Amino acid sequence: MIELKNVSFTRDNKKIIDNINLQLDDKKFYCLTGPNGSGKSTLAKLIVGIEKPDSGNIYLNGIDITNKTIDERANMGIGFAFQQPVRFKGITVFDLLKFAVNKNISRHDACNYLSKVGLCALEYVDREVNNSLSGGELKRIEIATVIARNPSVAIFDEPEAGIDLWSFQNLNNVFKKLDSINKGVTLVISHQEKILEIADEIILLEKGKVTKIGKKDSILNTLFPNSKCCQKVKYE
Amino acid sequence: MNKVDELLLEEIVGKDLKKADALNIRKNGESIERKVSPFINIVPKKDKNGIDVFVKDDVKFGIIHIPVIITESGLTDIVYNDFYIGKNSNVIIMAGCGIHNDLHKDSEHDGIHRFFLSENSKVQYVEKHYGEGLGSGKRILNPTTEVYMKSGSLMKMDTLQIKGVDDTIRITKAELAENTTLVVNEKILTNKAQKAYTKFIVELNGENSSVNLTSRSVATEDSYQEFKSDIIGNTKCYAHVECDGILKDKGCIKAIPQIYAKNIDANLIHEAAIGKIAGEQLLKLMSLGLSEKKAEEAIIQGFLK
Repeated sequence: MIELKNVSFTRDNKKIIDNINLQLDDKKFYCLTGPNGSGKSTLAKLIVGIEKPDSGNIYLNGIDITNKTIDERANMGIGFAFQQPVRFKGITVFDLLKFAVNKNISRHDACNYLSKVGLCALEYVDREVNNSLSGGELKRIEIATVIARNPSVAIFDEPEAGIDLWSFQNLNNVFKKLDSINKGVTLVISHQEKILEIADEIILLEKGKVTKIGKKDSILNTLFPNSKCCQKVKYE
Repeated sequence: MNKVDELLLEEIVGKDLKKADALNIRKNGESIERKVSPFINIVPKKDKNGIDVFVKDDVKFGIIHIPVIITESGLTDIVYNDFYIGKNSNVIIMAGCGIHNDLHKDSEHDGIHRFFLSENSKVQYVEKHYGEGLGSGKRILNPTTEVYMKSGSLMKMDTLQIKGVDDTIRITKAELAENTTLVVNEKILTNKAQKAYTKFIVELNGENSSVNLTSRSVATEDSYQEFKSDIIGNTKCYAHVECDGILKDKGCIKAIPQIYAKNIDANLIHEAAIGKIAGEQLLKLMSLGLSEKKAEEAIIQGFLK
């Protein structure tokens, strides 16, 4: 369980996160959505430890982690898939998965993680995590590193960004399965209706504040009120 | 050979010495062990220090080891080794030098290696340089490598200098005939006040010749590295030069890549990037549970792998 109490974060005189109070429970799939610049990625980075709040506290299963470093939080069970996966020179997909699991794993184990994100494992396991991989491939490898850690809190920042439609469909299947694999908190930042549809709860962030939170059925209608209208215009 | 010799050898050639088809071990300026095969001969030079290695035509596969170890402080060892690779032959040559210097005098090894690749031959050349010892005397290694490639030949060079070499000037020259390929991967890590200079001069003389040169360097503490490349495209050819450097502490790296196309069909590319470890790389590995120090080590280890 993750809990944010009175968390605020200001940069360049702009309040990016404005006194947020939020509780994310285990065994639930949350989708964090909202307009560009609403503070979604910053909120994720605050939980992961990449950014530190100016005020307020963050708790993981009741333990205050506000002053913990990124690696300390990772080792306490927080996993994070970056919006833009990082590229390396010389580090292979296998290396990255070994770091993620934090022990010597076999190639067979590594292949299993890659298969979970729909990659034909043997083709990828020895490749360097560099520019030779496409955006979609990097995104899947990024997700595989988070799955490999088996985190109690898994956070994915716009996993669908930069992925083609064909891959997106597969990615959605990955999340559907992930929900059952991960018995802790799953938080996905997304604008995609398809991902919102598989969430248990949707959190709407606007101008650094949580403006709506609730079951997907109650929130979805308010999020896309114009969708039918748009279709109507299209067909008319 | 004593224990120090064995450990030095292991650092530069690993434990595979016995797998060699031909072998020449040089210690403190003299050959101490030699092995030849019916297809690969090693003959000492008569006019100067060094050996001539002859690989016959059509040798399907052969492994040659020519390690050098220096344990005598104050010794300057200059050696000239020539390799004549027969037509259609395919060999792996493992070279390298390990210096153990426990005293105050400088120890130096200058290896001048020339490779003559006949038509359609293939050579994989692996060279590892390593220094150790507690003495204040410098460990100096100055390798010069010359490669002369005939039609259809391929040369792959992997050179590695990771630890303990105080001063190095590396010069690599190559002349490529038609349909030849030269691939060079160079990796250098310097620390303390070490200095490493490396220079490549490659002339692409034959049609469809190509060179792919990658240099990765890490300069830490007060060390200094300088990379120069001079690639000349005289005909329809392809060259790609990539020089990447990571800086730590007060380390400095200077890169001077030069490409000179003398023909309308010469396609020459160079890329050079120097900087500290990217912050996002550290963040990613830390998000996988590695401490900042461990993440930094992993990035450098991967970079120099």
